Amino acid sequence: MALVLTEEQTMLRDSARGLIGDKAPVAHLRRLRDERDATGFSRELWKSFAEMGFAGLLVPEEFGGSGLGCVEAGVVMEEIGRNLTPSPQLSTAILAASALARGGSEAQKKAYLPKLADGSLIAALAVDEGAKHRPAKIAMTATRAGNGFKLKGDKALVVDGHVADLLIVAARSAGQPGDADGLTLFLVDSKAKGVAIERTVMVDAHNAARISFDDVEVNADQVLGEVDRGGALLEAVLNVGRAAVAAEMLGVADEAFGRTVSYLKERKQFGKLIGEFQALQHRAAHLYTEIEILRAAVLKALQAVDADAVQARVAVSVAKAKAGTVATLAVQEGVQMHGGMGMTDQFDIGLFMKRARVLQELLGDSAYHAEALAEWKKY
Amino acid sequence: MTDLDTFRAETRAWLEANCPAEMRTPMQGDEDNFWGGRNAKFTSEAQKVWFERMRDKGWTVPDWPTQYGGGGLDGARHKILREEMAAIGARSPLSSFGIWMLGPALLKYGNEQQKAEHLPKIARGEIRWCQGYSEPNAGSDLASLQTRAESDGNDFIINGSKIWTSYANYADWIFCLVRTDPSAKKHDGISFILFDMTSKGVTTKPILLISGKSPFCETFFDNVRVPKSHVVGTINRGWDVAKYLLQHERAMISGMGGRDGGRPLGQVAADSLGSDDQGRLDDPILRGQIATFDVDEAALACAAERAVDLAKAGQLHPAFSSAMKYYGTELNKRRHEILMSAGGIDALEWESERSQEGARARAWLRTKANSIEGGTSEVMLGIVAKRILDLPGA
Ligand SMILES: Cc1cc2nc3c(=O)[nH]c(=O)nc-3n(C[C@H](O)[C@H](O)[C@H](O)COP(=O)(O)OP(=O)(O)OC[C@H]3O[C@@H](n4cnc5c(N)ncnc54)[C@H](O)[C@@H]3O)c2cc1C
Repeated sequence: MALVLTEEQTMLRDSARGLIGDKAPVAHLRRLRDERDATGFSRELWKSFAEMGFAGLLVPEEFGGSGLGCVEAGVVMEEIGRNLTPSPQLSTAILAASALARGGSEAQKKAYLPKLADGSLIAALAVDEGAKHRPAKIAMTATRAGNGFKLKGDKALVVDGHVADLLIVAARSAGQPGDADGLTLFLVDSKAKGVAIERTVMVDAHNAARISFDDVEVNADQVLGEVDRGGALLEAVLNVGRAAVAAEMLGVADEAFGRTVSYLKERKQFGKLIGEFQALQHRAAHLYTEIEILRAAVLKALQAVDADAVQARVAVSVAKAKAGTVATLAVQEGVQMHGGMGMTDQFDIGLFMKRARVLQELLGDSAYHAEALAEWKKY
Repeated sequence: MTDLDTFRAETRAWLEANCPAEMRTPMQGDEDNFWGGRNAKFTSEAQKVWFERMRDKGWTVPDWPTQYGGGGLDGARHKILREEMAAIGARSPLSSFGIWMLGPALLKYGNEQQKAEHLPKIARGEIRWCQGYSEPNAGSDLASLQTRAESDGNDFIINGSKIWTSYANYADWIFCLVRTDPSAKKHDGISFILFDMTSKGVTTKPILLISGKSPFCETFFDNVRVPKSHVVGTINRGWDVAKYLLQHERAMISGMGGRDGGRPLGQVAADSLGSDDQGRLDDPILRGQIATFDVDEAALACAAERAVDLAKAGQLHPAFSSAMKYYGTELNKRRHEILMSAGGIDALEWESERSQEGARARAWLRTKANSIEGGTSEVMLGIVAKRILDLPGA
């Protein structure tokens, strides 16, 4: 497959750029942040996302979605990244929708997918437990009880956790933390008894929550996929999410870079535009090169995930690792080249730096994914 | 099966049957390249057989038109051929400045007579070319070159000298930049001209490099007479041809790192350093450097693939090759720094059979030229800043 967007994908990008840039530019995030909005995103905006088909991108047509692929999902995520738009796109439209579409029973798909697609149901994926992304180390237990299980343990950095109606929870039903097997995914009502949710206010003013599960009872029909064999499904879903987050990071990096280049062309010092200084030109050109290389790696990963989400692991790790280093460089250089202005809250560039830092940690940082590559290559 | 599937299957079968086993191993340095030319010698029977078979199919230049000795393959088939060759580790049958640089420029700017005269000889490896661009006082500032070509009837008389002319002492012909109008602004008085290195008045003198080898020369022209019909493109408009050729040179150099077909760095390092009980390289910091390198290399490969696809779609910025040249060469230097670290003391041997006469150290030293030849990294960044990012200033 050619590593360029098709005509349809370009059209989707243009309409996403129009809608998101119009209704949810960076000022939108600022307003929610300054008002300490309880939801953390705009329900109205989410409704427009659903109408535009973004919410149902990965939901098959028979369940009310548009049945598109990860490349399309990535195209939308890149625009979200450009505008730092808070929305349940990642948690609900990408992670939850792909988990249900890939692993759900007919009944589960029927019950949830149409609601995800029409924007009426918010869902969140609860995986990580410690400070870093380590899905293999999941320790939360799912103990057999009656015809179902009892969940016990804590989850951290659950994106949109405090507004989710439905939680998709990865727990250990067998084995020890560190084992590849023994994981099971569960669909849990966020209001179920024993679920305690605490919103965490993050540096980037986006939604995240800590959730604890105190002997939460779940029925057998709340198992998503197979008991003890949820690892592969989880890996596939995480790969979709990682590629999507890499696409969002590309948007963050590219926009921060674009703003920086514009600044280089308007700010004067020593009687010159600062963009005339070769030291800055070369750093900008280096960054341009890095971003173009990231763009190709992200598209490759998205296409690979569409072809086979588990096999895509290498391409996905390359993209997410590269996204981590490139977005970090883009925002740091952005702040530096804006000088004192870059340190002010009034200027947007700092918001890009905060968002990039969170996205770096989300679903594995650069080191995690470089390590995955080394392991895959056996050295 | 689609046509492309059929082509892939046939190509695979043909390569399987025709590529000798010895030609499926990584090259061990420059000597393993076959450069063609009037005085070419093969280093092995396998090299000869492989070259001749590929030449007869037009696959030394698979995407050139068949009338000029090429394979006439479209983009998709060319990509398939490259993939199938890579899959069995097949070496390139012919290394050639004619293929990488002059050919594309002739295809775009040459007249019919020039194309018919030169392209088939390039394709068949009969003429080896060298590049006469740089001069002692015209390196990065190439357009300030001073070698003069003065009109004398139907000929030009060329005087001056070039420097850093790679393989000038082995080349049969040269593509050369000369000043044909000294009074014009510096970019406007340059012509792009071709001539035989055996012409009267051409001499070369090898230059020894830090790698201990002398792949290039100083080249002197003393009243060299060249017909005006050997000018490619318009007289005094040679800068356009020169720049177009440089784009190809830069694209070619950016891909050089991968071309040695070397073993994965992680394996090379594990061989010399050993692994711990979990199979991890016994040097965590080096392992981390290799992993980061692998990420960058894989991402660069995506970008190279995308550049081809963008070009096909007519969306590639003409200066993008500068970005790729910059990134690819800096990365290749990193690769060789890692190889030296992985090799430790063993990699430092210079003259011994065990080290294949210091192959690793010499290769490491050679890569330092990657970010100089074909335009330095600083110049590449300057081009990106001005032509792509449109930043202000001279
Ligand atoms: C192995 C090798 C093979 C070569 N083969 C050939 C060949 O076959 N034919 C041929 O014609 N030439 C060849 N070259 C020459 C090559 O193209 C030049 O060396 C190169 O363009 C740099 O020119 P220079 O060596 O004169 O360096 P200079 O131009 O003197 O540069 C010195 C330093 O100054 C920096 N610099 C210069 N201008 C600027 C600027 N505007 N901004 C910032 N920094 C700047 C450079 O980046 C460099 O770091 C070869 C060179 C090498 C090393």
